[in-house]
Amino acid sequence: MSNYPLLSLAIWVPILAGVIVLMTGGDRNAPLARVLALIGAIAGFLVTIPLWTGFDVSHSGMQFVELHNWIPRFNINYHLGVDGISMLFVLLNAFITIIVVAAGWEVIKTKVAQYMAAFLIMSGLMNGIFTALDGILFYVFFEASLIPLYLIIGVWGGPNRVYAAIKFFLYTLLGSLLFLVAQMYLFFKAGGSFSILDWHQLPLDLTPQIWVFLAFMVAFAVKVPMWPVHTWLPDAHVEAPTGGSIVLAAIALKLGAYGFLRFSLPIAPDASHELAGLLIALSLIAVVYIGFVALIQTDMKKLVAYSSIAHMGFVTLGFFMFSPLAIEGALVQMISHGFVSGAMFFCIGVMYDRVHSRQIADYGGVVNTMPKFAALFMLFTMANAGLPATSGFVGEFMIILAAVKFNFWVAFLAATSLILAASYSLWMYKRVIFGDVANDHVKELTDIGGREFIILAVLALCTLWMGLYPQPFTEVMHTSVNDLLRHVAVSKIQ
Amino acid sequence: MFENFVIPDFLPAAPEMFLAIMAMTILMIDLFAKDARHSIAFWLAQLTLLGCAFIQVYTSTPGVVYTFSNTFVDDSLGDLLKIFVYLTMIVVFFYSRTYLSDRPDMNKGEYYVLALMATLGMLVMISANNFITVYVGLELLSLSLYALVAMNRDSVQATEAAMKYFVLGALASGLLLYGMSMIYGATGSLEITEIAQSFGAAEGNRTVLVFGLVFMVSGLAFKLGLVPFHMWIPDVYHGAPTPVTLLIGSAPKFAAFALIMRLLVSGLLPLAQDWQGMLVIMAVLSMAIGNLAAIAQSNIKRMLAYSAISHMGFMLLGIVTGVVSGDPRYALNAYSSAMFYVIAYVLMTLGAFGVILLMARAGFEAEELSDYKGLNKRSPWFAFIMLMVMFSMAGVPPFIGFFAKFSVLQAVVATGEIWLAVVAVIFSLIGAFYYLRVVKLMYFDKPETETPIEAGIHVRLLLSANGLAVAVLGIFPQVIMTLCAYALLTSF
Repeated sequence: MSNYPLLSLAIWVPILAGVIVLMTGGDRNAPLARVLALIGAIAGFLVTIPLWTGFDVSHSGMQFVELHNWIPRFNINYHLGVDGISMLFVLLNAFITIIVVAAGWEVIKTKVAQYMAAFLIMSGLMNGIFTALDGILFYVFFEASLIPLYLIIGVWGGPNRVYAAIKFFLYTLLGSLLFLVAQMYLFFKAGGSFSILDWHQLPLDLTPQIWVFLAFMVAFAVKVPMWPVHTWLPDAHVEAPTGGSIVLAAIALKLGAYGFLRFSLPIAPDASHELAGLLIALSLIAVVYIGFVALIQTDMKKLVAYSSIAHMGFVTLGFFMFSPLAIEGALVQMISHGFVSGAMFFCIGVMYDRVHSRQIADYGGVVNTMPKFAALFMLFTMANAGLPATSGFVGEFMIILAAVKFNFWVAFLAATSLILAASYSLWMYKRVIFGDVANDHVKELTDIGGREFIILAVLALCTLWMGLYPQPFTEVMHTSVNDLLRHVAVSKIQ
Repeated sequence: MFENFVIPDFLPAAPEMFLAIMAMTILMIDLFAKDARHSIAFWLAQLTLLGCAFIQVYTSTPGVVYTFSNTFVDDSLGDLLKIFVYLTMIVVFFYSRTYLSDRPDMNKGEYYVLALMATLGMLVMISANNFITVYVGLELLSLSLYALVAMNRDSVQATEAAMKYFVLGALASGLLLYGMSMIYGATGSLEITEIAQSFGAAEGNRTVLVFGLVFMVSGLAFKLGLVPFHMWIPDVYHGAPTPVTLLIGSAPKFAAFALIMRLLVSGLLPLAQDWQGMLVIMAVLSMAIGNLAAIAQSNIKRMLAYSAISHMGFMLLGIVTGVVSGDPRYALNAYSSAMFYVIAYVLMTLGAFGVILLMARAGFEAEELSDYKGLNKRSPWFAFIMLMVMFSMAGVPPFIGFFAKFSVLQAVVATGEIWLAVVAVIFSLIGAFYYLRVVKLMYFDKPETETPIEAGIHVRLLLSANGLAVAVLGIFPQVIMTLCAYALLTSF
């Protein structure tokens, strides 16, 4: 293990780069801002690579730990570390940041420096969320990351952006404020400690466990988002600029799911078992009902947004079956969804930039004018539907496999998602891409340029890599997931 | 005749005396100096405050010192609060300068003199150890403020606000005095520290005590602007000239905090159960009405007025959780949290009004929320400062407002009153909406005017420092938290 504060670098390099980009000022210096942002994003990614190469897969505890006093008055520490559950998300986040910067390269023409800086700063903050081992540090990053996303949706978003931005902000704030109160309760229960690892060991009776679990659940369920608190997501996605949608789908949704694994399960294991039925039911509703909702969407972004909710339903379903296969499947699904939904939103962005419409009805026969794009879009649509050999298949397959062992009907309902996802994804693809050229807009389309091709190609490679050879990903998680389950299996009631 | 007269120790009150003398001197100098812009008065006032701060630091003693026959107390709580008052007033003067010099009919030397007299009132309140001293300080502050609100005498709105403020303020002072007289009747003492000790004997007069307490709490609640005694706040904030609103909304909060600490905590602690019950109701109502009414405002000063009501309600939560069923174990934690909240709140208020004053120019008040449309386009840096202040007021980390809310909430949770914390949190969420709306106006909307923002270099620097302090003290709140805890620990 290296002695460099790698996690601090992963957090602060993008934030610092963001501040530098911000200092380039107005749009006169837009080219400079773009280049600096790209350099910052790449540097931010490079500093995270040693996390994977230096990761000890046989070790289940926290690695690359950093611990400094922050606010001794409340025993709050700057405490960072990653385990097999969180490490990959840091990399995914840093990687997606590069994609996002590249995705906004020519498309964003106003307030370029602010746009790029917002994404870089958000990337750093999100790394903070994934690596924080102190409850308040986690909370600070968790909340602070709302500010850039609020601005991204509100400043560069679509016509109804104000409503979407405020709804997004208030929904997430509601959840996290109750989460804060629960943290304070744990602080006093634990004799004055905000350390998440201390809370893992803290014995608690069932009733407080259930309250704590519910408070956590509100925060994370909003973020995931789980049915019925999902309604902010379609609005936010539709109004956000392409980059915003990519980050929202690829990273922001993972924060909620990650929170379940880091907080809910290990801190309130008995409550988790007690309430698993509720969570599984909500997840299945997300999978089945939201799948049907996705089917009838006429707006492509909304369709992918609903499909994200359904896919995240799979993730939460995986968490609450308490089997290593399911949790690993859920983690794989999260990372895969990061690639696939990011790519889907980028593809829609590519079309939107040319036609300025996201309505499925405005398209048709795109393959005739954009063959290269159609081919790549095909791959991601298939991955979204969970086709074998793409990353989308691996996670869902693992979860369904675990579900069969858990309960036949749960598995049955979960498996319907394969049909539903295939229906809405492929049907949308068919209506948009195939058929005759629908109108003059489609006729005048130009195929993707070099920048767009590289972005999609890189994402395609990731999708295929994960689909064909998921071993490097699962191997990292294995020890930590097993350890987590061992911990959850032991009752905390004394 | 004079055999009992002992010359009191003047040193603990040296800053107050210096301030009083200087205020008179500035009044004279301004009268005779040919200085149309009143720069001399301005700079002298600033030097006075700086001088006070120096005297405060150099005459401060570690222990608690009483003087003037125990009517005046000098402790580290007082020292710390007074230094914050000086700093706040210096910032207030700097922010007000351009606004005043743009408006010749309001640019009078009296502004600085009255503001200094108000400062003196605050200092006396902070150091009072006797009901009469409390009252003198409070009236000195209030009377100066009444006059300041009416400073723009041709404005109907300002005159109405001053009138309202005066009538209601006088009523509140009456309530306070009436309450004091009852407690005096029951305990036989006007001295705050003595009252606390004489409670054992006064137990028989409990009805009178509680009756007096109700009046006192009402008077205090009026001065703090707590629901249901909050009616004057929106009108006065709105009607007063913005520099005066800034003055009313900032430094006096320190004095009000000291007043609560001296009267309720130090004087009437044995009645804690009674006044805590009253304050809990007022705190919850203030958070509810303040936050809900703020949503409906289209004038930013009115919005900030309602926000002030809700913030004071939130701060009270720290005060009411100090003593739990007679157990003072949580007192230090709770009171220092409330104190930190006041400091954070004043810092944010300065920033918010600083931006309003920055945007205002001759003939344009920048009072309407719509005046902030597209500020990001006109001045990205100051829009960003306002953004930080707004998110901070909403309690979003990493700004100082978050840690203020955090410390008060943990004090509430520490006493096991989790429902109270949940209520506070829900009203904060409602409050977030109108702060977000300001950010929305600045960032999401198009500007209605392209007029560039003009301001002197010192205002720009100071406002930048103020905005950065909201962020930096948010990321590193430890120093101020420790100072608060230390000051309270050594004073009580």
